Amino acid sequence: MGSKSNKTPYWQAAPMAAVFTLFFAVPLAVIVIVSFWQYNQYSITPAFIFSNYTDIFSGCIRQLPDLCTTFATYLQTLIFCAEVWALTLVIGFALAYFLVFEVRTPTMQVVLALICTIPFWTSNVIRMISWIPLLGRNGLINQGLLALGVTDHPVEWLLYSHFSVLLAFVHLNTVFMIIPILNSMARIDRSLIEAARDGGASGWQTLWNVLIPLSKPGIAIGSIFVITVVMGDYITIGIMGGQQIASVGKVIQVQTNFLQFPLAAANAVVLLATVLVLILGLTRLVDIRKEL
Amino acid sequence: MTERRSLAFYLLAIFFALFVVFLYGPTLTILVLSFQGPQGGLTFPMRGVSLHWFRQLFHGIGVVDIGGALWNSLQLGVTVMILTVVASVMAGLAFRRRFFGATLLFYTAIASLIVPSIVVSLGIALEFRIADDGVKAFGDAFHIEWIWNNFTTLMGLFTSGLGAHLSWTFPFGLLIMFAVFNRFNPAYEEAARDLGATPWQTFRHVVLPIIAPAIAGVALFGFTLSWDEIARSSQAMGADSTLPITLRALTTTVTTPAIYALGTVTTAVSFTVIGAVLAIVTMVQRRRRRLGSDAGKGV
Repeated sequence: MGSKSNKTPYWQAAPMAAVFTLFFAVPLAVIVIVSFWQYNQYSITPAFIFSNYTDIFSGCIRQLPDLCTTFATYLQTLIFCAEVWALTLVIGFALAYFLVFEVRTPTMQVVLALICTIPFWTSNVIRMISWIPLLGRNGLINQGLLALGVTDHPVEWLLYSHFSVLLAFVHLNTVFMIIPILNSMARIDRSLIEAARDGGASGWQTLWNVLIPLSKPGIAIGSIFVITVVMGDYITIGIMGGQQIASVGKVIQVQTNFLQFPLAAANAVVLLATVLVLILGLTRLVDIRKEL
Repeated sequence: MTERRSLAFYLLAIFFALFVVFLYGPTLTILVLSFQGPQGGLTFPMRGVSLHWFRQLFHGIGVVDIGGALWNSLQLGVTVMILTVVASVMAGLAFRRRFFGATLLFYTAIASLIVPSIVVSLGIALEFRIADDGVKAFGDAFHIEWIWNNFTTLMGLFTSGLGAHLSWTFPFGLLIMFAVFNRFNPAYEEAARDLGATPWQTFRHVVLPIIAPAIAGVALFGFTLSWDEIARSSQAMGADSTLPITLRALTTTVTTPAIYALGTVTTAVSFTVIGAVLAIVTMVQRRRRRLGSDAGKGV
């Protein structure tokens, strides 16, 4: 092994580097390349054409202010993103605050944090399906509403709707906010909070001027995670939307199933670019605030 | 601390409790409903209690090969777990020193974590498609009959499928190892080395026991993330199918509690693995507290 050898880190990192090259870097490069290829019903052939991109945005400018399918789909997905982000951020922040500053023993903190994390290790599909007996037309909630006489016919928008997709997103992804924010908060020096209080700051002022700025790295990491998950999603929107709601990821999936690989690849490149812009914006926001 | 609990504590405690109900409630509902009687439906009320739907499950639902999917997922999960542990520990050791490309590798891992899975899945599918065309062209060029007769595709559970899963589990494994080695005191290794241990002995008898709980954590992530993976697998499994993929297909066709029974079985496997890992970590830590340092206890 020769611990003094300079080669050691290289063979130690080699397996991971090889896997990322073969199953991440090369596939991304292949997507970019294939997005310029031609296709017909049976095969794809190398070329250098832009028609896959122009197909995606065909008529999009001309139709304005009406939205073409692509713009409408992106808008729909971005709205989900914004809603899920806001909800998971508020819930995640409150829960992380509770775990770090209100729970007193470290053991209890670990146990409660684990309780939040354990569902992450179980199947997402099952966690989605499990809403059906609650939200369905004959589900528990509708039974309750009928019994109470709130409505005389079952509420239809509970399942396979915008609402149920949103609910499932929050259900599945809040953990991605809790853990990074908790991690940032745990590093905050308690004396800073005492100082703020001694200086006459109210609870809200302390929260706004001390806690939130110091939790920013965690908030940024959590936000990046949640936003990228929602932007690329097609499974949650598919199952919880009853296959009726469009999303960017779903468009790519459908085109892949129809073997329209170059078109799907072009869509993937556009999606990737959008996600990158969102992430850059987010990191910029955090860094600029840090500078001030 | 004898400070009295504030109002904020009680409000947040209630909020936390509600969140836990929100988190676990639905899953508990389908666990209960999977024991629905033979006449029962997808929702309450329970019409009797039975194992009917589990029996139904093992007889097979329609044409779907659930046993096959289950076996595929188990094999793949264990393979992914082992490879993730080995590669993450190795890479974690590598990152303790400077090496050319370290920053690139780290950011690639982060990127692999946050690039939308549908994109990665599509990329892997395309990569293998092009490789298949290459193999076929090679066979044609050199008139290799074996390829003409036997070759269909390179895609499969343990090629493209395994790769897709590893691109998802490796970043988690690496981040956990980073967290561990950031807090690792090199004095232990130096001591071992001074006493004449070889590098392998130092690793085996000093480093490995110290990082054991983290390794259990990496194993947990490796298995459970693979066991539940669907977004990256969807395009990358070729003709093979895993349990989550089967389950998703069933959501559109099956309208009996059999699907809940499958959910219960899957969740039971997840919980067994989570429980086992948590038990191991707790045991190691107890043992450490008992047999650990005698520093400060006097001679």
